[in-house]
Amino acid sequence: MTSLKGFFRGRTAIQPIWVFVLVIFIFFSFMSEYFLSFGNISNILVQTSTIGLIALGMTLVMINGNIDLSVGATLGLAASLAVGLQETSMTLAILAALGSGVLLGAINGLIVWKTGVNAFIVTLGAMLGIRGLIFLYTGEQSFYALNFAFSDFGTSTIGPFPVLAIIFLICTLIMHLVLTRTGHGRNTYAVGGNPEASIDAGIRLGRHMMINFIIVGFFAALAGVMLASQMGAATPNLGRDYELWVITAVVLGGTKLTGGYGSIVGTLGGVLAIGILRNGMNLMQVPAFYVLVILGAILISVLVIDKKLNAPSAKEVRI
Amino acid sequence: MSPSQHDFSSNKRQPINAEPILRLEGITKRFPGVVALNSVDFDVRPGEVHALLGENGAGKSTLMKVLAGKHQANEGKIILAGQEMAFENPKHAKRAGVVLIHQEQSLVPEMTVAENIFLGSLPRKPFNRVDWRKLREDTNKILETLKCGFQHDDLVGSLSIAKKQMVEIGRALAFTPRVVVFDEPTASLTDHEKPVLYDVINSLCEQGVGIVYISHRMDEIFHLSHRISVLRDGEYTGTVNTADTNEDEITRMMIGRSLELDHASKPSNFGDNLLEVRNLSVKRVFENVSFNVRKGEIVGMYGLVGAGRSEVAETIFGLRTPSTGEVVLDGKVVSFRNSHDAVVHGVALVPEDRKDQGLILGMNCRDNMTLASLSSVSSWGFMTSAKEREVYDKYHQAMKIKTPSWRQKVGNLSGGNQQKIVIGKWLHTHPKLLILDEPTRGIDVGSKSEIHTLVKDLAKSGYAVLVISSEMPEVLGLSNRIIAMYDGRVTAEFDGDNVSEDELVQAITGMGKQAQAS
Repeated sequence: MTSLKGFFRGRTAIQPIWVFVLVIFIFFSFMSEYFLSFGNISNILVQTSTIGLIALGMTLVMINGNIDLSVGATLGLAASLAVGLQETSMTLAILAALGSGVLLGAINGLIVWKTGVNAFIVTLGAMLGIRGLIFLYTGEQSFYALNFAFSDFGTSTIGPFPVLAIIFLICTLIMHLVLTRTGHGRNTYAVGGNPEASIDAGIRLGRHMMINFIIVGFFAALAGVMLASQMGAATPNLGRDYELWVITAVVLGGTKLTGGYGSIVGTLGGVLAIGILRNGMNLMQVPAFYVLVILGAILISVLVIDKKLNAPSAKEVRI
Repeated sequence: MSPSQHDFSSNKRQPINAEPILRLEGITKRFPGVVALNSVDFDVRPGEVHALLGENGAGKSTLMKVLAGKHQANEGKIILAGQEMAFENPKHAKRAGVVLIHQEQSLVPEMTVAENIFLGSLPRKPFNRVDWRKLREDTNKILETLKCGFQHDDLVGSLSIAKKQMVEIGRALAFTPRVVVFDEPTASLTDHEKPVLYDVINSLCEQGVGIVYISHRMDEIFHLSHRISVLRDGEYTGTVNTADTNEDEITRMMIGRSLELDHASKPSNFGDNLLEVRNLSVKRVFENVSFNVRKGEIVGMYGLVGAGRSEVAETIFGLRTPSTGEVVLDGKVVSFRNSHDAVVHGVALVPEDRKDQGLILGMNCRDNMTLASLSSVSSWGFMTSAKEREVYDKYHQAMKIKTPSWRQKVGNLSGGNQQKIVIGKWLHTHPKLLILDEPTRGIDVGSKSEIHTLVKDLAKSGYAVLVISSEMPEVLGLSNRIIAMYDGRVTAEFDGDNVSEDELVQAITGMGKQAQAS
């Protein structure tokens, strides 16, 4: 354990989750002959792109010291709008879907900002309410995409690379730059780390919170559109429990629930860890219920190890 | 050194001759890469106040943590009443009678005084039920020794800071202590509240308890202590009897040289009015406050905690909305909607509480430094690392900040260095008006005088400076003019070079006729 500690301390840039990703990657490569192939790796990226996209936005919201539980419902609403409005116009349908995400994010952000009610409660309410809106809009019906261009998009490729995976990776890069290189990114950390000191430094706290809620809303809607295009359909229950998977991935990636700490690189690791585990166990024909049990156990153990590695004892040196 | 408000020198205490109740021998504590304590000796006699001094980072807190079982020494012995002890944790040390009273309070505000005092050791009846009656009786016994004006069933959250501190001390008394360590107990107390603490310490002494007293305030130490020990850079530099020493000798022991504080070097070239506050009020907080600050001038704002000084500063800075009155900045009436507006208009506020309001503790030094001026290190919306480093290096050198690297988390720095980072952060926003709220609270003597020099230099280079302080020597040493506040009102304005300590004390305690000087 002590040598492991030294390993991580010296290289703070490496997130522990990436070591874990590497280990399970090697493990499944040996355990299943189908795992290590270009097709399967692209497959993992496509499968994780939905949760991955939302996790990018969630990382910002959580570093900011908030949380958004309404992302699964937002995804569901956007998917239904994207498919349901196709009869009028394809462009309109997609714009409406993405717009709904931005709008819902803005409303969440505005309420948290102006009322000061805890984001957990606000977005819990939003989660219930938005799911209700989906049922109102769809009348509990599933919609099927009649426009083939829409459903083809979900399976299209550029050269050998699937488009959905490319979109996810490009968004990851952009969000990484936003978080590490822009004033908004830095202020997001500051507000999450110490709101009072941020106000004192002249940072407009509410704006940054709202922007981050809008970002996560947009990504949830984008993920909804992409998921609907993959399935060629939207069901009213689409996106249930997604908020939990997203938060799991972000937390696995080292972002703290209390805010002020986290990274997109870590979140990418968390997202891949979940994707690889699900895919690998699937290939090894582990029954689905066991997969859930194992994923739950892994989440807790990774956090326990992280806690041990980052125990505060040696940090008390004062200079 | 600086003039102190009470003259204690006449009644210094003679050392008590008794066998020590506690002895630390050759304590060495190493952290990875640092020797925090190198073979330190220390002892406390029963009924004695033994002051422990040293600059921040000298190892005082580490030594006390070793004593209280929070850290374990790599070498050395702890001998309590003739028995060698090895404290594995704070609880163990408490049971043996060694209690540390923290600098930062660790009380549960939602619970009553009694529950807080016996937190973790509530008296029990069969079936693990709380014995409320015994709790009440035991608490009342403790409150009697403390002689303070609150009841066992008061909520701790409703008490003043000074009273909370009493609760913290009450908690120590619940363990029938043999040695009590006070770590900067008066840091958050006003001059008014201190005597109550001194009385408690004295009554503990009378009961034969040994007291270790850590403080930066010389007047206190000379008033209270029987002996003084000094640490410097983790080394023990010696112990002297309080009766046989003076402030100069102690300062030399602490920093290895004499400190010269020149009061003559106050700024003297003033320009036009930069800030004018006219009849400013915030309902139920302060009323009809008027004053002005000129370019190149240092104005001190002196008063007790709760007099409304910080609130006036917050109102100027846009954090509170005034109910009446106006703020004129550089000839224009301004009304800031938020702190961002204030920053844009060239106002900077170094807040009272570094850790809660001034810094993002989990961020590194560089990021904290550039926090209020990110646009200046960005191009096209993206920050450039090189520009950020440039800014950091500039202030790092100019203010002699001691850090191993810019990557260091500010939470790991000493108070003086933290404060310099907060000041650096503001200087880079190029303000016209610099407001400093208790700029040297809890900071060691060395850094303190550096910050004082810095503030004077800033004023000389044209900044208008408003310094809020509860320390009379600081206000007198820095200010060209002094504004005294009491109970939400400005009671008097004085010339900083022609005012007596008595006049000041009267003005801030509401005793004097509301004299209007100069």
